[in-house]
Amino acid sequence: MTDTGLKGKVAIVGAADTEVGILPGITPMELCVEAALAALADAGINKGSIDGLVTCNAMAQPLMYHAEAFAEYLQIFPRYCINVGAGGGTTFSILHHAASAIATGMADTILIVMADSLRSGLSREQAMLIQSSTGHPQFEQPYGPTVPAYYALIAQAHMAQFGTTAEQFAEIAVAARAHAALNPAAQKRDPITVADVVNSRLIADPLHLLDCSLVSDGGSAIIMTSAERAADFPHQPVYLLGVGEGHSHEHISQAHDLTTSAAREAGERAYKMAGLGANDMDFAQLYDCFTPTVLVELEDLGFCAKGEGGEFAASGALRPGGALPVNTHGGLLSHCHPGNPGSMFALTESVWQLRHTAGERQVADAQHALVHAQGGIMSSHTTLILGREVH
Amino acid sequence: MNKTLPPMSDLAEPYFAGARDGQLRLQQCRSCQQYQFYPRTICAHCSGGELDWTTASGDGVIASFTVVRRAVSEAYDAPYVVALIDLAEGPRMMSALVDVDPESVAIGQPVTVAFTEWSETISMPVFNVV
Repeated sequence: MTDTGLKGKVAIVGAADTEVGILPGITPMELCVEAALAALADAGINKGSIDGLVTCNAMAQPLMYHAEAFAEYLQIFPRYCINVGAGGGTTFSILHHAASAIATGMADTILIVMADSLRSGLSREQAMLIQSSTGHPQFEQPYGPTVPAYYALIAQAHMAQFGTTAEQFAEIAVAARAHAALNPAAQKRDPITVADVVNSRLIADPLHLLDCSLVSDGGSAIIMTSAERAADFPHQPVYLLGVGEGHSHEHISQAHDLTTSAAREAGERAYKMAGLGANDMDFAQLYDCFTPTVLVELEDLGFCAKGEGGEFAASGALRPGGALPVNTHGGLLSHCHPGNPGSMFALTESVWQLRHTAGERQVADAQHALVHAQGGIMSSHTTLILGREVH
Repeated sequence: MNKTLPPMSDLAEPYFAGARDGQLRLQQCRSCQQYQFYPRTICAHCSGGELDWTTASGDGVIASFTVVRRAVSEAYDAPYVVALIDLAEGPRMMSALVDVDPESVAIGQPVTVAFTEWSETISMPVFNVV
């Protein structure tokens, strides 16, 4: 395929989230089913129209053949059926795979569905075990790093290299909360200030509690089909205009650069495919497991120069009505973070924004969006560029 | 409760044997002379397959660090310092800084290796600020 191979070839025609937050008594599989049925209803099709299925496993309910188990539960019989795991980057690497499957004829209409119950489905011991199993088992884990600690290493390096401050990181959390305040579905909606963030307790220097994302339950689903078929669906199709990936390492101690990530390559590949640039984006949804993640992504995806992310965030650009609204649903920091499915909510939000049905938080006349996710410790990156029209 | 213990492997045996004996050992490639960390069956630089274990100087500088305030488990006594160390021989490794005031740590400070018992049979390389 050429650089523009997938441009405009597929579109998202259905999108739905379950309720998110603290949802005891419902399993991840049940959340998947609920999300899938709602996405089917949104797309105006029945389950028999789905001939491709992509899921990811749930930490609270790990299954050997997750996608097959979901298909069995729902009684669908796809001809393309896989379970993908790429941590926080899973959602968008799945979308890349699914788009390729449609373009090559492996499937016509694909359901992407994922859910997890990190908040209610894991005991504290299980949650800590998962956390302590992150990192290289021989050469990192023995030193007792936590997940926030890995990202703190990146933040600390950025501060030393570019003079970035804790207050600048904090502004990213403040902007996310300001968006969440406009979103009735968000888990945390009470406004916060920079002072609230930097005065919350330190978890791993320089990260404070409010620099860290939520722990949530929730599920989400989208339905994707070819651009030709998309015209027959009830809603404005949201086209995939560009997609690119970048993969630089797994373990943070092996990263060749702490302050520049493979988001740069992912973004360059996606922009090239779309024939668009950072200035063409009306909003961006950037993976925000911790505030420094967003700051590095802003730089690597070309929204500001390397080293200027702190200043860019502090300008208020990311807030509702700002120059570049970021995470318009509230993100992992304030909307919800159920683990690997986390970025699904950034995707469904982007669909509603580009349909112009996002209500009070609608970005005026939004035409193009960049959505980016990463998994590991800034390891595995996928950038998507979505739009209302194929140019 | 025990600290997390590294699983043993044949490949890494000389590394952990060295740590027990108070030596930080690195693999060096016989064809390109580069050092690497972590140990591999091939050279990460040139893919050469002949690697010799050598004893490193134990000197390095802090590439980054964090003070962990909420411990990963009860076996770890917070606050403690996790750091990335750039070794004098070139490779970067994760380690811990010990016997240090966490508030005084800074990127770029020189460090030197020390060894701490993790169990009766396993010691891990840690670092002191020089």
